[in-house]
Amino acid sequence: MQQEELNQFHGKSRRDFVKESSLLAGGLLTMPMLSQANFFSGAGDVIKIALIGCGGRGTGAAVQALSTKENVQLVAMADAFADRLNNSYNDIKGEVGDKPGKLNVKEEHKFVGFDAYQKAIALADVVILATPPGFRPVHFEEAIKQGKHVFMEKPVATDPAGIKKVLEAAEVAKSKKLNVVVGLQRRYQTSYRELYKRFQDGIIGDIVSMQVWWNQGALWVKPRKPEYTEMEYQMRNWYYFNWLCGDHIVEQHIHNIDVGNWFMNDYPVTAVGMGGRAVRTGKEFGEIYDHHYVEYRYGNGVVMNSQCRHWKDADSRVDEEIVGVKGRMIMDKGVIKDHKGKVLYQFDRKNENQPYQAEHDELFAAIAKGEYKFHDAERAAKTTLTAIIGRLATYSGQTIAFDKALNSGLNLQPAKYAFDAAPPIVPDAQGNYAYAKPGITRYFS
Amino acid sequence: MKNRILALSLGSLLAGPAFAQEPSQPFAAYEEKLPGTDFTFKMVPIPAGEVTLGSPAGEKGRNTDEGPQKKVKINAFWMSAYEVTFEQYDVYSDPEKDKTPIPDGMTRPSPPYIDLTLGMGKVGGYPANSMSQYGALMYCKWLYAKTGVFYRLPTEAEWEYACRAGATTAYPFGNNAAQLKEYAWYAGNSDNKYHKVGELKPNAWGLYDMLGNVAEWTLDQYDEQYLSHAAENDPWIKPTSKTPRTIKGGNYRDEAVALRSASRLKSDPNWNRRDPQIPKSYWWNADAPFVGFRLVRPQQQPSKEEAERFFEEVVDQYKGAR
Repeated sequence: MQQEELNQFHGKSRRDFVKESSLLAGGLLTMPMLSQANFFSGAGDVIKIALIGCGGRGTGAAVQALSTKENVQLVAMADAFADRLNNSYNDIKGEVGDKPGKLNVKEEHKFVGFDAYQKAIALADVVILATPPGFRPVHFEEAIKQGKHVFMEKPVATDPAGIKKVLEAAEVAKSKKLNVVVGLQRRYQTSYRELYKRFQDGIIGDIVSMQVWWNQGALWVKPRKPEYTEMEYQMRNWYYFNWLCGDHIVEQHIHNIDVGNWFMNDYPVTAVGMGGRAVRTGKEFGEIYDHHYVEYRYGNGVVMNSQCRHWKDADSRVDEEIVGVKGRMIMDKGVIKDHKGKVLYQFDRKNENQPYQAEHDELFAAIAKGEYKFHDAERAAKTTLTAIIGRLATYSGQTIAFDKALNSGLNLQPAKYAFDAAPPIVPDAQGNYAYAKPGITRYFS
Repeated sequence: MKNRILALSLGSLLAGPAFAQEPSQPFAAYEEKLPGTDFTFKMVPIPAGEVTLGSPAGEKGRNTDEGPQKKVKINAFWMSAYEVTFEQYDVYSDPEKDKTPIPDGMTRPSPPYIDLTLGMGKVGGYPANSMSQYGALMYCKWLYAKTGVFYRLPTEAEWEYACRAGATTAYPFGNNAAQLKEYAWYAGNSDNKYHKVGELKPNAWGLYDMLGNVAEWTLDQYDEQYLSHAAENDPWIKPTSKTPRTIKGGNYRDEAVALRSASRLKSDPNWNRRDPQIPKSYWWNADAPFVGFRLVRPQQQPSKEEAERFFEEVVDQYKGAR
């Protein structure tokens, strides 16, 4: 969903800005002042946010944060690319321009480059982490180190080494009572919460199996330009490179996998599966597969069958089905049926919320009240690892154990983050990227 | 700029009787092939005439925006017998399917973030759905570039005139909602999904699925007082902002009353609330799988300049209208 210019809707703001701030930070502070967690007690206090990663999702998250009831102000932005940052700034201005005190990013607080995140984090109370997921562990670690509350997008890493880093930082966040919300927004969606409540009440009994899908068509590609270094090309086409994206099983399908883990209240022990590049074979599609099918097995023997694919013009489905002893839940339809097909419960769509907004509403309400309520990082890291072992299983043809993967130290990140540095994977003379081949590719041997 | 726009007569944009090219197409039903494909779409003639828009005070399920009733005159046009299908729209959306691309190119819809057909069907004549009004109008613009024929969305008045096909009752076939299932996919028979176009009975003028299946975009800015403001000849509430627009016909999720000829629906920015990105897509509504469109071809075709002005002032100026 890309575009070149401002989107100016009339009357698009979801809420009128409630209160004028009594502390408009209009250039009064020359030194960044580190706020302490739980500093917020009175309604007059401004909650300062920084946006790290200014793509479409980051920009959306920033606007959602600025659309909560609380006194939230964007004070810093960071992106690897100046053009992305400036487009994002203009888009945010287009969305919240009429709200006083919402957008307060001075020119010198627009940070560009691989190290931009550190400077932006320093200026805020709450940070939004929305870069490609390969950078998430480093950014999250830094935000927690600096004592900030965090909203971060899923997935939270692309490799087991990154997962370890996030789990460690998650522990520190708990000890510092820093709220962390992760954008696995089904957990904040009314229909899912209603079905989960009924599941807890035993409406379908114990789970016997689960089926999860993210089957959809093709995604965007950004053409290579002669002035791009290989690093810049990969950064702009981050979806197709595992160190940045983790493959679509990790980047998208994690949503559905997370629902399985949520209802199981557990994480799979092993993954075995298959995948490949059936239709999306060109060099512009980097190294990722276009389909994965994974059998995840939990400690109690329950199987979650997971399928995801990017096949243009094939049937699409993004959904989860949870089968219990007494019935089944089809999440996307918000319906619970018994095994004869009788509807036991149907969620009324009229009561659906906007989950992307809800996660910010709840996070910022807690921060404004000085409450410590959210610690999503640990479970998001474990769900991300669930998706990662799926990828390792389809790439290698091996059965991949969760614990073994977690402690494997497998690290896809480059030695150095710089536009003139070599990415961890480079194309051959014809411009093709090597991709995994089951039986040849092996892990933890 | 603004003044120049307002000074234009609606007629010149819509039908241009003063400057129009001579219509070369006999005023009869015809099939047009979508260039470079095997897909055809059927256009049926809708003769000029009069219609009383809106509903009488006593009509069951009536909303206040359906009155006071007003008699208006409508010029002749063709209307597509069926809703535009997914496969037809996809030739515009997907550059790989467009075997005869326009030389200087044309903006195409960005792929939606999720599959917006929701698994209801794509192949074999299902209606195109989920596009913004801008996306529907851009298809018309693309079709004009490909065929040289000026197609657009129907005005609200043209839509209701064509739907009623001479009937003054709540539905084109009378007042008995029990008959609806013969003509329309709605909550009573749809199984909560859209169906292939043209499977049920048409109205008296040969138009299928006017009621139900997917609701249909019109060319009008939604106006609560539409009927008080409507002109006597070819009324059209010209857009002054990107939203809301009027949608007609009801859809597969609706109860019978929402499928009455007079019933009007106001588009809602909430229909795109699941789009998590900013800027939001110009092209799609992530939460309005029940909206589609059909085509109109005014019998009096505008000149090339007039057609271009229409696309500039009604479409390009409101990029992303929804």
